[in-house]
Amino acid sequence: MGVFQNPVFEYVRSPDQDAPAPVRHAVAVVGAGPVGLAAAIDLAQHGLPTVLLDDDSTVSVGSRSVCYAKRTLEILDRLGCGERVARRGVGWNAGRVYFQDIQVYSFTLMPEPGNRRPAFVNLQQYYLEEILLEQARATGKVDLRWKSRVVDLRQDGPGVALRIETPDGAYGIVCDWVVVCDGARSPLRQMMGLECRGEVIRDRFLIADVLMDADYPVERWFWFDPPFHPNHSALLHRQADNVWRIDLQLGWDTDPDEERRPERVVPRLRQMLGDREFELLWVGVYSFACRRMERFRHGRVLFAGDAAHQMSPFGARGTNSGIQDADNLGWKLAMVASGMAPVELLDSYSDERVAAADENLLHAARSTEFITPKSRMSRTFRDAVLLLARSYPFARRMVNSGRLSVPAVLRDSALNTADADLFAGPMTPGAPAADAPVVVNGELRWLLECLGNRFNGMYFANGMSVLPGEVAAGIASLTLDRIPVETRVVVEPGNPIELPPGVMKLEDYEDLVAQRYDAGPGTFYLLRPDQHVCARWRAFDAQRARQAVLRATCNEPGRSD
Amino acid sequence: MKLTVEANLADPDEFYAMLIEAHRDLSDEQSQLLNAKLILLLANHVGDPEVLRQALDAAREGIA
Repeated sequence: MGVFQNPVFEYVRSPDQDAPAPVRHAVAVVGAGPVGLAAAIDLAQHGLPTVLLDDDSTVSVGSRSVCYAKRTLEILDRLGCGERVARRGVGWNAGRVYFQDIQVYSFTLMPEPGNRRPAFVNLQQYYLEEILLEQARATGKVDLRWKSRVVDLRQDGPGVALRIETPDGAYGIVCDWVVVCDGARSPLRQMMGLECRGEVIRDRFLIADVLMDADYPVERWFWFDPPFHPNHSALLHRQADNVWRIDLQLGWDTDPDEERRPERVVPRLRQMLGDREFELLWVGVYSFACRRMERFRHGRVLFAGDAAHQMSPFGARGTNSGIQDADNLGWKLAMVASGMAPVELLDSYSDERVAAADENLLHAARSTEFITPKSRMSRTFRDAVLLLARSYPFARRMVNSGRLSVPAVLRDSALNTADADLFAGPMTPGAPAADAPVVVNGELRWLLECLGNRFNGMYFANGMSVLPGEVAAGIASLTLDRIPVETRVVVEPGNPIELPPGVMKLEDYEDLVAQRYDAGPGTFYLLRPDQHVCARWRAFDAQRARQAVLRATCNEPGRSD
Repeated sequence: MKLTVEANLADPDEFYAMLIEAHRDLSDEQSQLLNAKLILLLANHVGDPEVLRQALDAAREGIA
């Protein structure tokens, strides 16, 4: 397989540059990385055209982010390109941690069968971006502008004025909303004088992508103090096309420019890989910070991804949390832009994703303390854990080489309707909907792909031979609301129950939907357009569902004004 | 659960001697590692996070 060559996308002069006055757009997204692309696609799928501005003219140089979590893949499924990413990449579920030369810990991230996606798919960032670009173009609603650098942003009441520099001069546009996804250094954040607070970690890491034929299993391998790189940590991970990611801890007192020279890098890799032939494709030296902005909405400007929060890479929480930001923002911005919800809904974007960022930062900070102890005593305890882990199972669970990204449960969100009925299990209001296999019209499908990106209901009619009249009428009435709710009906396999026209029947052929949602006959779940649970009851009542939709969109009377 | 602070060792002198003996001939660095391992082993034995929190607070008291 060939080595990846970065494509160069042509700069195209926009008609906006010849307009007598700045042209007005609904939404500009700044930064065509994974987060900006996901946001633009999501907005397009909600009918909102975007101008997507990027100061470069290619996809990611070097592979950078690698691991895409199950939840990210499910979001990409909703955006229409999860399958392409999963097929292009390599799926994995397991990891091993070594101390010196012995394995002290191993983990499996997905013990449960009956999920469409594995715990993780590894894929070079440039391939992810190529797939997202293809998807963005296919929407016909994303106006991609390469070599377009935002050099000024001014926010007045009704809009945001952007000044954009291009190879043939600067021009201005005015936008109702700006979504900023321009990365950790975020020029726009700096332009607005906004801070990202937290700590910079005093350590450096060498990342290298190498091409080699190797028969290691597709697992995440992490070493503390390995014989080939004493006193430091190392990570090995497979990507697509026989490309392997190697991450070596260097320590703070190293010269990054010196360390990225191939004459330094190759011998280090040779230590690790022995006589195996390899080709060095890309190398970088990085340090990182754990920090976030105080809030992610500033008037008509919304921050997402690394621009809003940065963390240690060891939990694969960067791109994964960024894609979740986009997922959270898309439907809200679309509803606000179309007048279906008040601007307060965008504050919930900030509230929910700040809470998620804090959860990610907490885990990232703990992993960082273990991998890069900040004091001598911290280092002593870390070493004590590793020594004990060789003999004692209890200590193995303390070994922290990165707790890998799991989706945020938006438990405290103001958009949730609190449970009035008793439920067990994890599908609490705020949780991302669990997937499960279902049969639709005799075909094997997945629950999440049957839900779509509007408000959805799930009514459980297991064991029922007819849908109760008031349920059928209620389900029908919800589809006619200003913010419609489309309900799917879940039944046990082979149930011939007649449903009103247009209502999808999901046969729960392994009983996993009912189990995962702790649902019985009559249970009703209300899901948001981003497929998070926002309300559930043991019995269906259209009026309560309607009320929950108003709450989930900040449309409750007396709330928005 | 509450942290036991009443006398609970049958023979306190014996335990103290065992503790000092365990550190015999170790460098400061080695002793620190031994202490750290000991704390982790005992913490796992205790298990209860509330008891551990009380013990940490009591240990920290009066230091800084």
